[in-house]
Amino acid sequence: MTRNVAITVNGTERRASVEPRLLLVHFLRENAGLTGTHIGCETSLCGACTVLMDGRAVKSCTVLAVQADGRQVTTVEGLASGDQLHPIQEGFWEEHGLQCGFCTPGMIMCSHDLLGHNSNPSDGEIREALNGNICRCTGYQNIVAAVKNAARKMSKPIAARAGAR
Amino acid sequence: MLPKFSHVRPSSLRQAVQQLASSGSHVHAGGTDLLGCLRDGVFGAEKIVSITGIGELRGINSREDGAVRIGALTTLSEVATSPLIAQNYALLAQAAAAAASPQLRNQGTIGGNLCQRPRCWYFRGDFQCLRKGGDTCFAINGENEFHCVFGGSRCYIVHPSDTAPALVALDARAHIRGPLGMRVVPLGSFFVLPALDLARENVLRSGEIITHISLPPLAPGSISSYRKVRARGSWDFALAGLALALKLTGRRVDWSRVVLSGVAPIPWRSSETEKVLLGRDLNPRTLREAADAATRGAEPLSQNGYKVELVRGIVEESLRAIMESHPETPSERT
Ligand SMILES: Cc1cc2nc3c(=O)[nH]c(=O)nc-3n(C[C@H](O)[C@H](O)[C@H](O)COP(=O)(O)OP(=O)(O)OC[C@H]3O[C@@H](n4cnc5c(N)ncnc54)[C@H](O)[C@@H]3O)c2cc1C
Ligand code: FES
Ligand code: FES
Repeated sequence: MTRNVAITVNGTERRASVEPRLLLVHFLRENAGLTGTHIGCETSLCGACTVLMDGRAVKSCTVLAVQADGRQVTTVEGLASGDQLHPIQEGFWEEHGLQCGFCTPGMIMCSHDLLGHNSNPSDGEIREALNGNICRCTGYQNIVAAVKNAARKMSKPIAARAGAR
Repeated sequence: MLPKFSHVRPSSLRQAVQQLASSGSHVHAGGTDLLGCLRDGVFGAEKIVSITGIGELRGINSREDGAVRIGALTTLSEVATSPLIAQNYALLAQAAAAAASPQLRNQGTIGGNLCQRPRCWYFRGDFQCLRKGGDTCFAINGENEFHCVFGGSRCYIVHPSDTAPALVALDARAHIRGPLGMRVVPLGSFFVLPALDLARENVLRSGEIITHISLPPLAPGSISSYRKVRARGSWDFALAGLALALKLTGRRVDWSRVVLSGVAPIPWRSSETEKVLLGRDLNPRTLREAADAATRGAEPLSQNGYKVELVRGIVEESLRAIMESHPETPSERT
């Protein structure tokens, strides 16, 4: 038996008829075609699948699509505006916060949640906020630097970021 | 892939209780534990009854009598960051913040945290163990470094929750709605030992839903803390933990609650430690005696004797921190 859901993904409402057991991460990748959200462990351990649901970071491998019915989901694809990367994406780019990139969408979405309620986190707070996300390449040092870089950018007015005075 | 099940999302408690009447139905709150259990085949489900459409299960509010009510659907993040909880029940805020990882705290609820199933790797793995209806507890002769040192008999799980010991220490009560109406159970008698029932970890009967938790006001000036020891710096379940609530005059203990996590199949209240502390001044000797009392009766398995020393250490350490931050009892100085 399938269920009808209407999930707003990156601002666009998507309607579908889904099996109750369908995970949100599969809905995003297969039904919505948004493959930026990765699947690592599929058992809520690695954080690669992190997306925002109503603004808070959750592991989309541990959420049913029917649970997201009527809610706002943001994936990594929803961050940039046109060619302009989101400051968190810029931060990861500039500080080499990634190597293979597998963990990066989850790291970025989790950082987004953190910076939403703490605009100037300490190293310790960043590590604590990202402790549900595993990276097998970077050793985390550059990820922490990337989030700090993003925090600096996001606390400046947008015009200043673009180089205006 | 998860096995097949049907999914309903009733909008009232009455409907939810009705939906849960059919066999093979399970309550679905955040799903962080439920989906893991279904995926690993710990148990099966015909029907999942989501309770997230029931508005009255949400929110934290203070009541006129000074008590605080926490709706079962309140997320662990909300508990950890609520100013009302932080001000009145620091221990609970600390315990919620120490559970799982940030994403799981955003999704997981306090009701689900109390009802989550044990993490024993035999129970979660492909073993037809005693708790799953088999005839062997594989931990007894197997890999048992994370199993219990108190309260085990036949089965040696530990209760995985961090908020449960905190709520026991705070004399909280669970408000439960079921086919027969409402009932209220003190958290101190909510959990059941394997000796009583091997198939479940608490007194909930099928079809029952926790609607909220109520917390009585702590006496003014009470102090409380939660100390959790993990095997690593990142998220993990407790190897051992201590939920502590005290009322002091100077350094004299007028009242205390000492509840251990990670060492027993239920949050383990140590009445012996409370007895040692009652009416005594916190000083090095009291601390040592309290720590000894907390370990009394421990029966470690082949690989988890370290938990006994951990308990001794965290009881002494937590009490010392409190002792050092409190002036000596006035009468003693005169
Ligand atoms: C990787 C990982 C690490 C974790 N680490 C910790 C940790 O360190 N400390 C800790 O305390 N927890 C830890 N947890 C457990 C986590 O905190 C719980 O999974 C979560 O709190 C459960 O809440 P939920 O709303 O998702 O419950 P669900 O998964 O929806 O439900 C869990 C169980 O409770 C039942 N249930 C839920 N709500 C109610 C209700 N209101 N009335 C009756 N029954 C109900 C369900 O039927 C189900 O059996 C961890 C979990 C994971 C996956
Ligand atoms: S894929 Fe979801 S946490 Fe690993
Ligand atoms: S960059 Fe490869 S896993 Fe993080």
